[in-house]
Amino acid sequence: MTVIERPRSTATGSVTSRSVTGRLGDSVTRPDGVAKVQGSFAFSSDLSAENCLWGATLRSPHPFARIVSIDLTPAYAISGVEAIITADDVPGQPTYGLISQDQPVFARDVVRYVGEPVAAVAADHPETCRRALAAIVVTYEVLEPLTDPERALDGSHPPIHPDGNVIRHQRIVSGDTGATGPVVVEGTYEIGMQDQAFLGLEAALAMPDPGGAGVELFVATQWLHEDQKQIAACLGLPADKVRLVLGGVGGAFGAREDISLQVHTCLLALRTGRPVRVHYNREESFLGHVHRHPATIWMRHHATADGRIVKIEARFVFDGGAYASTSSAVLINGITHTQGPYKCANAVVDGFAVRTNNLPCGAMRGFGVVQACFAHEGQMDRLAEACGIDPIEIRLLNAMETGDRLITGQVIHNVAPVARCIRDTAALPLPDEPVGGRDGDPMRLPGGAGRTADAGNIRRGIGFAVSIKNLMYSEGFDDYSTARCRLASGVATLKFATSEVGQGFVTIAGQIARSVLGVDDVLLDSIDTGVGSAGSTSASRQTWMSGGAVNAACVKVRSLLFDHVAAAHGVDAGSLAVDGRDIVDTTGSLRVSVVDATAGVAFDETVEYHHAPTEDLDENGQGNCHTAFAFAAHRAVVDVDPELGLVKVIQIATAQDVGRALNPLSVRGQIEGGVAQGLGLAVMEEIVMTDGRVRNPSFTDYLLPTFLDMPDVVIALIEEPDPIAPLGAKGVGEPPTISSTPAIVAAIRDAIGKPLDRVPVRPADIVDLT
Amino acid sequence: MPVLIPATLDEAVSALAASPEALVLAGGTDLMNEVNAGHRRPETVIAINRVPELRSWTYDPVAATVRIGAAVTYGELLDEPLATLLPALAEASRTVGSPQIRHAGTLGGNLGTCSPAGDGLPVLSALDAVVHLAGTSGERSMSVHEFMVGVKRTARQPGELISAITLPVLSGWQGYSKVGVRNAMVIALATACVATDTATSSVRIAIGSVAPTIVRCAEAEALAAAEADFAVRRLPGDVVARCGALAAAASRPIDDHRSSAAYRRHAIGVMVSRLLRRAFPDA
Amino acid sequence: MHEMYTLHVNGAEHDVRDAWIGESLLYVLRERLGLLGSKGACEQGECGSCSVLVDGELVCSCLVLAASATGQAIVSIEGIAPLGAPSDVQQAFVVAGAVQCGFCTPGLIMATHALLERSPDPGVVEIREELSGNLCRCTGYGRIIDAVQQVAVTRRAASSAEAPA
Repeated sequence: MTVIERPRSTATGSVTSRSVTGRLGDSVTRPDGVAKVQGSFAFSSDLSAENCLWGATLRSPHPFARIVSIDLTPAYAISGVEAIITADDVPGQPTYGLISQDQPVFARDVVRYVGEPVAAVAADHPETCRRALAAIVVTYEVLEPLTDPERALDGSHPPIHPDGNVIRHQRIVSGDTGATGPVVVEGTYEIGMQDQAFLGLEAALAMPDPGGAGVELFVATQWLHEDQKQIAACLGLPADKVRLVLGGVGGAFGAREDISLQVHTCLLALRTGRPVRVHYNREESFLGHVHRHPATIWMRHHATADGRIVKIEARFVFDGGAYASTSSAVLINGITHTQGPYKCANAVVDGFAVRTNNLPCGAMRGFGVVQACFAHEGQMDRLAEACGIDPIEIRLLNAMETGDRLITGQVIHNVAPVARCIRDTAALPLPDEPVGGRDGDPMRLPGGAGRTADAGNIRRGIGFAVSIKNLMYSEGFDDYSTARCRLASGVATLKFATSEVGQGFVTIAGQIARSVLGVDDVLLDSIDTGVGSAGSTSASRQTWMSGGAVNAACVKVRSLLFDHVAAAHGVDAGSLAVDGRDIVDTTGSLRVSVVDATAGVAFDETVEYHHAPTEDLDENGQGNCHTAFAFAAHRAVVDVDPELGLVKVIQIATAQDVGRALNPLSVRGQIEGGVAQGLGLAVMEEIVMTDGRVRNPSFTDYLLPTFLDMPDVVIALIEEPDPIAPLGAKGVGEPPTISSTPAIVAAIRDAIGKPLDRVPVRPADIVDLT
Repeated sequence: MPVLIPATLDEAVSALAASPEALVLAGGTDLMNEVNAGHRRPETVIAINRVPELRSWTYDPVAATVRIGAAVTYGELLDEPLATLLPALAEASRTVGSPQIRHAGTLGGNLGTCSPAGDGLPVLSALDAVVHLAGTSGERSMSVHEFMVGVKRTARQPGELISAITLPVLSGWQGYSKVGVRNAMVIALATACVATDTATSSVRIAIGSVAPTIVRCAEAEALAAAEADFAVRRLPGDVVARCGALAAAASRPIDDHRSSAAYRRHAIGVMVSRLLRRAFPDA
Repeated sequence: MHEMYTLHVNGAEHDVRDAWIGESLLYVLRERLGLLGSKGACEQGECGSCSVLVDGELVCSCLVLAASATGQAIVSIEGIAPLGAPSDVQQAFVVAGAVQCGFCTPGLIMATHALLERSPDPGVVEIREELSGNLCRCTGYGRIIDAVQQVAVTRRAASSAEAPA
């Protein structure tokens, strides 16, 4: 068979920013935009190499089983099969994981979830791989799976992993635990398992070094250096022998923070001595990466008669699935956001992250706070109703401010414009179209082309929700990012390992360099492990962290440039400033262009930016565990067919605390995209599992919002630059996903007059026929 | 050559006779799904989507019928004049997949796959469509009710091709409804078609996705026809409700990951009632 | 794996040799012809990322059996405009902020060209329906709709400027 040979793309993350202009605050277009619209941008799945093999993974069909035997012989008999590897072929550490290394590269004795890797093959064609996988004979002794998180807690199921069935337990005890008030409301809220469902499926290309001394991996990931560390440990190689290059990333949303195919791909390449690429298909992607934790949250709010929160009691159970991933951090995020963006002095919170034989769960946009927010916002609506107060008023009454103390004892030092988020959202215009619109197009009604309803069947509801979200990493993690800036002959070259997953850091980086250095031309070097870690593209942290690092590197270079200009022109470096494309002496008449000033010289600086240190929580959940916070409010207008339970979201309005919009168009894109994922969780997205098996691992049955499901989003940006943030800008990616979900559910409740305490809200939930 | 692209129906039939095990490929929207997933490994394929007889339709105004070639796409069923001649079929076609799927997927393919959730099938059932099958010994025709045997099972014999579907052009209101969780590109949880015929004072009600094959709701049809005033399009509210309940009772849905059986049954009642109200706006 | 056939893609004939019969048009475009712009995200016709034109009709190339598309005119994203010279639709997507990760983008560009070809002045609901077969996970669609409308406005202005007074 022929193999199409493509140029090996060693510069997949490399983009020139030459064609793009614009500085901080401008709606600058993406430097990779033209390549992406023309289909020439190299995603990780587009990479190949001469003599390249395909790799594929054999996965467990059982949620819990003992592996009795594995027979590879029939698979080796298939022509075109070059290698088959199992747990016996992992030369280094047999397990990996972001926080605790409890997940096997390949299952050895036991499989703990449907989809757990058991073996991998390398062959000449994807179809050969499929046949080979089908030919491997694994004999299992099926065990009774643990699928109910409560059974993981009550001890009624034996441990399914040597580390036990409870991944983490944490309490928060704050203030007067005996406090109460005349109004008490409680509810139990359930959140289903959501998938990140990025469109660009997992894909990687591994290129072995001669003699197997090392490997180069091109991969779509959120955190190159963490991958490098984990892969190297499993391969038994020093980290510098495992070089990672960012393959173009087709979305991430948390699902690429954990290892998936990285180690397998490298092992196959090292075993065969040939380049190997592995591409997951959609079903495999559902099984092969972590998901948003399903959770059950009970909350009881005590309040004064006029609606002020006195105390909150809560219990959280997050189902972590078979392996730990980031469950312990997700748990902390969830429980430390119990109060939401509201003042609360007293609290008793119990939180558990447990291990089951369900799919492993970890990071997804919102990271534990999505779950908490759905619960606390449901509570706020219950409280409003119990007190006879408008849902907006009760939120204003309790709104948190800068200087307030959280239930963890941490004081909020950030800008905290919660009341303004609420007021500005409420002030945004409501939709002016009546139910069904004015043109009679059935697409405007719930049910769309299905023509299930006429306008008279529909009720409109309005709901409101507000969120608080921590930014960056927490609990004492040394969170930093590295950037290098080189300035020569009027051109700035930036290098960082920040994963560009679509969020637009590559755009922002150029804006920063142009603003700080007064240059037009910014080159972005390949995104790889050839520079220090940038940390993960997650936790709404890269604008702050990598933006902070790029800014610091550029500022340092600028200061060297000023010294150089000062020496050359006999002026005081301290009085120099960048003005447009020039350097000017603010005390004199000197004006020299940056291009001229840098002719024949080069300045090169690498900087690490660390945020202020954080602390662990103590046994009572007290401690300054978070770095910073951002806020948002959402109002949803929803049309509901109460008889059929169908929903169409008509409008989302939101005011978001962004600190400073470094690129307003990009911020808008983050908000609209985040809302779409919040809408998905509210009304359609759920991985349905029965007895540990996934029932809907495809885009036919795992439904993402389409063009006809997403409404217009009306946006007000609240720009109060945060003095703690290096550029005044807060991360904007997560808040839109967090409070949009409860706002939509509140609107559905408003339309039908029934409690709905579970997401996604299914048609059968609305008509009580589940 | 294992992929055959016949230019005429005769060629297609001969090819199939020569390789009765061959996979017949029309729009590919079902078959390629299975190939991509590794569930089918084709050895021989007969691609029929460029056979002119299969790609065309004819309207017989005297007989008041439309004969639709099996490889006519949903997109084409949405075009005029077909959309006016067969409005319920056009409404059903608009709910199929996405524009891309409607450009490729065919009515014959929908029948050949015979999924309970096939979007076009309740319309074919309500209209008592006739299915034409071509084989080396010529064409045979049968009622769509006979053709649909079970879940993804039909009366098509090895060596036979679905060549066309004949549908009557009725004189009354007809319409289609489909419930899915999403507002586009969604598999039906339940579907319903109501077609009225003023000339014969008849009401036809077919429901889908709620039984192994499409169900005709004979009791509801009889009640509606008996109580309806076709001239002024009137049907009393209590009759509409009873017809909905009878249709729901005629369904035999299952619980699965997409929905509960109870919801599906309920949705049938609501949809059939609403369709009847559209057919007979006057209470 | 011994199929041989010829495909007509973006105005040129391409020989395909030694293929497996079950290969989709998407696979052949990407892996055999090196046309990597069409993207696969579901292989079920549920996402639209692999959209191409076959004889003028917008279809999912993952659901086209490649060997059955001989003799048909296939246009992929690479056939829309030369590299470095984006079409008006492509340019509008960049300017409007309709691109984030960009994985769905080539399919959406194909769908948008097809939409505007058929309906030069689409309303918002029409845009939503006609593009509803293309999933985007990043943008929430708002900027894409904006881009489509901008192209329609620009084309309308251009055609009225060309029209005789």
